[in-house]
Amino acid sequence: MSHALLMFLGFIAITLWITWWAARRSSGSSQFFAAGRSLKAWQNGIAVAGDYMSAASFLGIAGIIAFQGYDGFMYSVGWLVAYLTVLLLVAEPLRNAGKYTMADVLAYRLSPRPVRAMGALSTITVSTFYMIAQMVGAGALVSLLLKDTGISYQTAVTGIGVLMIVYVVFGGMLATTWVQIVKAILLIAGTILLSILVLAHYGFSLGAFFDAIGQVTYTNAQGARVTQDFMTPGLRYTPPYGALDLVSLGMALIFGTAGLPHILVRFYTVPDARTARNSVVWAMLIIGGFYILTTFLGFGAATIVGRDFIAANGGTNMSAPLLARALAGDLFFAFISAIAFATILAVVAGLTISASTSFAHDFWTNVLHHGRERREGEEVRVARVTAFFVGAISILIAIVLGPTANVAFLVALAFAVAASANLPVIVLSLFWRRFNTAGAVCGLATGLVSSLVLIALSPSIMKGGAIFPLENPGIVSIPLGFLGAVLGTLLTREPRAEQKFTELSVRANTGLGAERAASH
Amino acid sequence: MCAAAVNAFGTTRCLSAPNVCVPYTGLSTLESYDNMQNESRHDWERLAATAEFKTLLRAKARFIVPATVFFIVYYFALPLLVGYAPALMAKKVFGVVNVAYLFALSQFFVAWALAWLYVRAAGRFDKLAAAVIAKEPR
Repeated sequence: MSHALLMFLGFIAITLWITWWAARRSSGSSQFFAAGRSLKAWQNGIAVAGDYMSAASFLGIAGIIAFQGYDGFMYSVGWLVAYLTVLLLVAEPLRNAGKYTMADVLAYRLSPRPVRAMGALSTITVSTFYMIAQMVGAGALVSLLLKDTGISYQTAVTGIGVLMIVYVVFGGMLATTWVQIVKAILLIAGTILLSILVLAHYGFSLGAFFDAIGQVTYTNAQGARVTQDFMTPGLRYTPPYGALDLVSLGMALIFGTAGLPHILVRFYTVPDARTARNSVVWAMLIIGGFYILTTFLGFGAATIVGRDFIAANGGTNMSAPLLARALAGDLFFAFISAIAFATILAVVAGLTISASTSFAHDFWTNVLHHGRERREGEEVRVARVTAFFVGAISILIAIVLGPTANVAFLVALAFAVAASANLPVIVLSLFWRRFNTAGAVCGLATGLVSSLVLIALSPSIMKGGAIFPLENPGIVSIPLGFLGAVLGTLLTREPRAEQKFTELSVRANTGLGAERAASH
Repeated sequence: MCAAAVNAFGTTRCLSAPNVCVPYTGLSTLESYDNMQNESRHDWERLAATAEFKTLLRAKARFIVPATVFFIVYYFALPLLVGYAPALMAKKVFGVVNVAYLFALSQFFVAWALAWLYVRAAGRFDKLAAAVIAKEPR
């Protein structure tokens, strides 16, 4: 299996060269946090795709489709449609009115210390959930792939953690962006290759491929051999609560994306709102193309490799790499596994930089020190130190957890928290004049607490004796997040916030006074 | 937690300038709002009152509101039908390809089409926004 190691080392060499290049150009806050706001639409679009298509997309969706057929494809659909929320409602106003973080837009017209403190807390919570999922994916890969090379799970996870710290600390947003671009291109190339090989396996006949999906044979929980049509819905989401769970998942996916801090910060890396808009469109083309191809990855693994074999050889998350091995042998298996590693690495770097930025900019500078740097460059220094701690803590969590649950499912929970806590306050602060500080704090708190509590009471955590019957809390916690925000607002009055809405609205809609690209 | 928030922000305090009443957050007024940008360079109230700005907002709302309602309805039709009309969704169209899969696939193309329409419309919004900014003396 040393091919995989070699290819992965090749990727690491490229990314370290990118980091070195970026570190030499990187100076000043807007360079470190926002890549100087000088990226082109296609660059940021590919980087958004690279930041978004995580281990959950590549390993997780392929796994869910391979095991539960059509129902897994519902993840693919939701994850693309979600970008319409970003495109129509959030990306441009955010770019026009903010500076480095999601909370910038809230702090614009609300009392900044409470909303920034809550915004930073929710950013770090969402990023942690997301990070856990990535690390679990890394763990699954490592335990299967590198067991012959003498590299343990702990060593590999530590390696990934150290690399993401290096990218972020030395290269900032610029290095993170280019790591994501390289990864996105590799991921798309790997996915297209794998899809072509699946089709080739069926003699390039879509008909033969779909016929095979119509009769997938596997051993069910009772130990009996069954043959099922994997194209028919209902293998994962079964009565009595399946339908509600499906809607709940959908809500989390399409409202969560526009509340994901590591995606939102990407829109600060472009010169203006128009470029932000075009980069969303670039991202939608790439992401949509990729998710359509999960048809081949997932159903290909179900029909060619088979559920039983995958379950015995690494579990659901290993479906795509095992498919690669079945189709083209160990070398291609190594290539696909190296891509999966690269995917994880790029996403954790994106998560680390957004969590560190939020801590340094929202909490350190604006909450603790009233919006002023005491010394030139303090904010960047704090962000670098935070990145180090974020990295160290995620390494620890990953080592404690080990590879267990499906990563697409874990990431869906992160989306539920983002949709319940972040999205309501972002949308209301942009579009509702009456909205105020109490509403924002209340909305963030209710969204965060309700989604976390419902996850803790769900079957995912409590198994059989679950108090809350749905896997995904979105259908309850998203309305609760909105309700908290509205009630908090209506119970208090804040004339200043209403007065500042006029300014926010002019800025958000025209781009007048927006942060400009660094000249260099 | 909401009760606490109400207590914290419910009382307002009037400062020396009689018309500036802000919620009491325990901070001095100047510090309690961000001064991230050099913001008072523009007369925002005047700009917001211009006919150009109102035209811009109306044009954006006319596109964005129906587009958002449409995509939310179209999207949620999928999980709702899959969940509550399984027989209809399992109906085979050709081979094993059923209504559920085709409907799911259509979501991708509808999303792309909507994005394309929005970018076209947004070109108009950019011109309207430029007209608003032109109202502002440099």
